[in-house]
Amino acid sequence: MDKKETRIKILKALEHEARVDIAELAVRLGMEQTDILNEMNEMEKEGIICGYLTLVDWDKTDEQTVTALIEVRCTPQRGQGFDVVAERIYKYAEVNSVYLISGGFDLLITIEGRTLKEISRFVTEKLSAQEAVLSCATHFILRRYKDHGTILAKKYEDERQLITP
Amino acid sequence: MTDPIARKVTELKPSGIRKFFDIVSEMKDAISLGVGEPDFDTPWHIRDEGIYSLEKGRTFYTSNSGLKELRNEISKYVESSQGVKYDPLHEVLITVGGSEAIDLACRALLNPGDEVIIPEPSYVSYVPCVVMAGGKPVVINLREENEFRLKPEELKAAITPKTKLLVLPYPNNPTGAIMEKEDLEALTDIIIENDIYIISDEIYSELSYKEGHVSIVSLPGMKERTIYINGFSKAYAMTGWRLGYACAPGNICVQMTKLHQFCIMCAPTTSQYAAIEALKHGGRDVAEMRDAYNERRRFLMNEFKKMGLKCFEPYGAFYVFPSIKEFGMTSDDFCTELLKRKKVAVVPGTAFGECGEGFVRISYAYSIDNLKEALGRIDEFIKELRAG
Repeated sequence: MDKKETRIKILKALEHEARVDIAELAVRLGMEQTDILNEMNEMEKEGIICGYLTLVDWDKTDEQTVTALIEVRCTPQRGQGFDVVAERIYKYAEVNSVYLISGGFDLLITIEGRTLKEISRFVTEKLSAQEAVLSCATHFILRRYKDHGTILAKKYEDERQLITP
Repeated sequence: MTDPIARKVTELKPSGIRKFFDIVSEMKDAISLGVGEPDFDTPWHIRDEGIYSLEKGRTFYTSNSGLKELRNEISKYVESSQGVKYDPLHEVLITVGGSEAIDLACRALLNPGDEVIIPEPSYVSYVPCVVMAGGKPVVINLREENEFRLKPEELKAAITPKTKLLVLPYPNNPTGAIMEKEDLEALTDIIIENDIYIISDEIYSELSYKEGHVSIVSLPGMKERTIYINGFSKAYAMTGWRLGYACAPGNICVQMTKLHQFCIMCAPTTSQYAAIEALKHGGRDVAEMRDAYNERRRFLMNEFKKMGLKCFEPYGAFYVFPSIKEFGMTSDDFCTELLKRKKVAVVPGTAFGECGEGFVRISYAYSIDNLKEALGRIDEFIKELRAG
């Protein structure tokens, strides 16, 4: 297995099981534990591995959260495109993600708040107030069926029957 | 009243797994490592094609041999994976699972008293299919020290003037054994000298964890005497679709098709449409599932090593076949006790032939978490046995 392949195997495993025991992962992938740890270290330094997250279904907790997806149209700035406005937006702690997208809008933002009000305040007072922002469309997320490749709506059940031969 | 049942049928031994599963089904919270089918769902794009074919009203029979487009895809697949070209019009037959193809092949080839060499441990249907077709099964007891591969001297010793057929069940259920190119090459001269035909059951061909799987049909002189059997159940997690196929020389294929049309007519149409999609665009799914099985296989082998449980390293299918000889129990007793005391179900090796005595079959068509829990319990169990 070359370095490239090794790295991809490690990343694919960690992407879905960040908490996997590295000794066990080494056995499963047929690698040495130290090799995996070294590669992880290197990839952290290179910014390939940016963090180890937990996928939470907040709907199943008592915590009230509201997530919105906001499409933003804005004016690019000479020499810097959308970088400056994106930076001004992603610095807000409540902003979860910021993507540059193609199509009718330029940026796609996800934001988390405790209430609808909190989010509408962000949109009207902070986001729309940006000079470069021309318009935005806010979509509230009502239900998450699947996130990060994981189906949240339904648990896996083994429905296989006993059959012979 | 006269006995309504034919003697031939009464005399057939019921499947050894059946008996054991009856006990399992009565136990509510048992963890099973007994199932011999993928734990994955059929990839969605394949299911979607099946659904689409229903929406389009494709609810008719197909031709007896199966959809031409599917036979084309199968022909392409065998050519690209084994370098052997089958004529989709005359040498490919779509069947209801690989198991129908095994039955058809036996019935098409055997005259009363013809002998069929069956290496064991292996899939439990070969012997009954041979018997019902009027043939005589001749069993080779494969050996663990050969990693359950078929050796030329074993084959030679089983051949008599009446030998007609050899069943080659690799990658193997239940041992997980494979036959590599050199292993197969060692057999071809004997096969040709003795003018033997071959049923090569390669249903697990996509689940091979060494270099690519090599089929005997790819070796010189073998295609014309081989019935190559494969299917969609294991590679694409499509067990419930009941779809397999046989590739064979035209003169054999036409006779198998004759039998197939009288008892089955044609394989399920919906499944055939889904299978076209599987062969066309399912390559990545197969690779992903194979990687997942391989991780589990390595995990299990390592756990056995930690437990000190003897097991040769299998490179195919999704089974491991550890030896339990150190405990001085029969496979049946071992499995029954394990089920009673720890509520873990594995299958006694004897279900797959007498020489499976002293072994158990463990399936890894289960999630790692499931395997962990079960292996933990097996570990406790064998510690108790060792403590006496």
